[in-house]
Amino acid sequence: MCLGIPGEVVEILPDRPDLARVHVSGVRRAINIGLLSNDPPVPGDWVLIHVGFALSKIDEQEAAAVLRYLEELGSAYTDEMDALSQSMIE
Amino acid sequence: MRFVDEYRDSDTARVLAARIAELCEPGREYKFMEVCGGHTHTIYKHGIADYLPEEVSLVHGPGCPVCVIPMGRVDDAIHIASLPDVIMTSFGDMMRVPGSNGTFFDSNSEGTDIRMVYSPLDSLRIAKQNPDKQVVFMAIGFETTAPSTAMTLLRAEREGIENFSVFCNHVTIIPGIKAILDSPDLRLDGFLGPGHVSTVIGCRPYEFIPRDYGKPLVVAGFEPLDILQSVHRLLRQLHEGRCEVENQYARVVPWQGNPVALDAIARTMRLRPYFEWRGLGFISHSALQLRDEYANFDAEKRFDLPGVRVADPKSCQCGEVLKGVLKPWECKVFGTACTPETPIGTCMVSPEGACAAYYNFGRLTRRRVKEATTV
Ligand code: SF4
Repeated sequence: MCLGIPGEVVEILPDRPDLARVHVSGVRRAINIGLLSNDPPVPGDWVLIHVGFALSKIDEQEAAAVLRYLEELGSAYTDEMDALSQSMIE
Repeated sequence: MRFVDEYRDSDTARVLAARIAELCEPGREYKFMEVCGGHTHTIYKHGIADYLPEEVSLVHGPGCPVCVIPMGRVDDAIHIASLPDVIMTSFGDMMRVPGSNGTFFDSNSEGTDIRMVYSPLDSLRIAKQNPDKQVVFMAIGFETTAPSTAMTLLRAEREGIENFSVFCNHVTIIPGIKAILDSPDLRLDGFLGPGHVSTVIGCRPYEFIPRDYGKPLVVAGFEPLDILQSVHRLLRQLHEGRCEVENQYARVVPWQGNPVALDAIARTMRLRPYFEWRGLGFISHSALQLRDEYANFDAEKRFDLPGVRVADPKSCQCGEVLKGVLKPWECKVFGTACTPETPIGTCMVSPEGACAAYYNFGRLTRRRVKEATTV
């Protein structure tokens, strides 16, 4: 649960400025971007996601590095991704 | 040579290792604590310790939120879950944490409905879908996670959702570090500061560590190179007679933290007078509870809790491991009675726990590193 997972923002939901659709290694999910309201992400930005909330913006290079790190964690990462894919944030 | 490939940039790693060795004064020993469980994981997984000279050792700190949950709180959660018409929700990592009568999984086999969720917002959704049930979110985590609970509470309030409440077990990192600094058991030379917690709280809250305790702290990222670089920075400070907070992870951690997140916490939660940490005992002002304005959402107020303090099992030495006094393999039950499948202590449950990390990777990595570095 302590993992921060990088995701690429695909769109900001039109009627819900606090929600963004993100791409996380093949999975598309809605996450909450309210914690970044001082500097909201736009499509194409990468964010670090923790328990359904974008915690900070990161650059693409950092996103790739974090992803490589996560993939090596094995089950800790796959469990987190399973949990994420069951998540339905609205 | 798989090991070297894994290092991404093995040249940089070697240069850093050499620089680290150069900075060590002969005859002096250096003990640095990595506060965060994510770092512990990287350190074991990549055999960082074996890349460091013998004078430098890394000891594990209390920065794994699952590991510090005391048994009594698990029991309280199970008690709430066993009341009629309650759905308890929790992060997956909590499901296998032993309380005095078993885990959430055990409790479910006896009829409770404790569900794993990815986000507190999922818990809120379950509440909306089940208006005839009480839905409780078992909130755990340091300042990394507390803002998510806070934002969910603000949302629940805005939407007037009456059957949702939070069983708040959020802890704050600074008092944990302070308890370690005040403990007579351990002499430390510096800290690797936690990465994700710091994205929220920033670097300022650590400034008392160099100021009042004379120890440097470097906020570190999670890659193997981040850890080596941070160790190098700590040694360089000691070598140059400096003692400061540095931010090695500036690419993610802003010095000021995240003001929106801090504000969400401050609006919904306040410090508890004291809270028990597994193995470390009661630490004052070390945890968060809901503000009175949010009493309607506070599971501790909504339900009657036994709130019994339960001593850790006798065989369990998690406290010593959490304080960095013992290495995981020095615990008497490590790897025999206590394994990730049958954990006795919490440090074996979460993948960020020192015992689980060492159990999964440590022994393997040691062997591999020895082979790789003697090539
Ligand atoms: S081996 Fe088990 S009981 Fe011993 S310290 Fe680790 S988690 Fe605790």
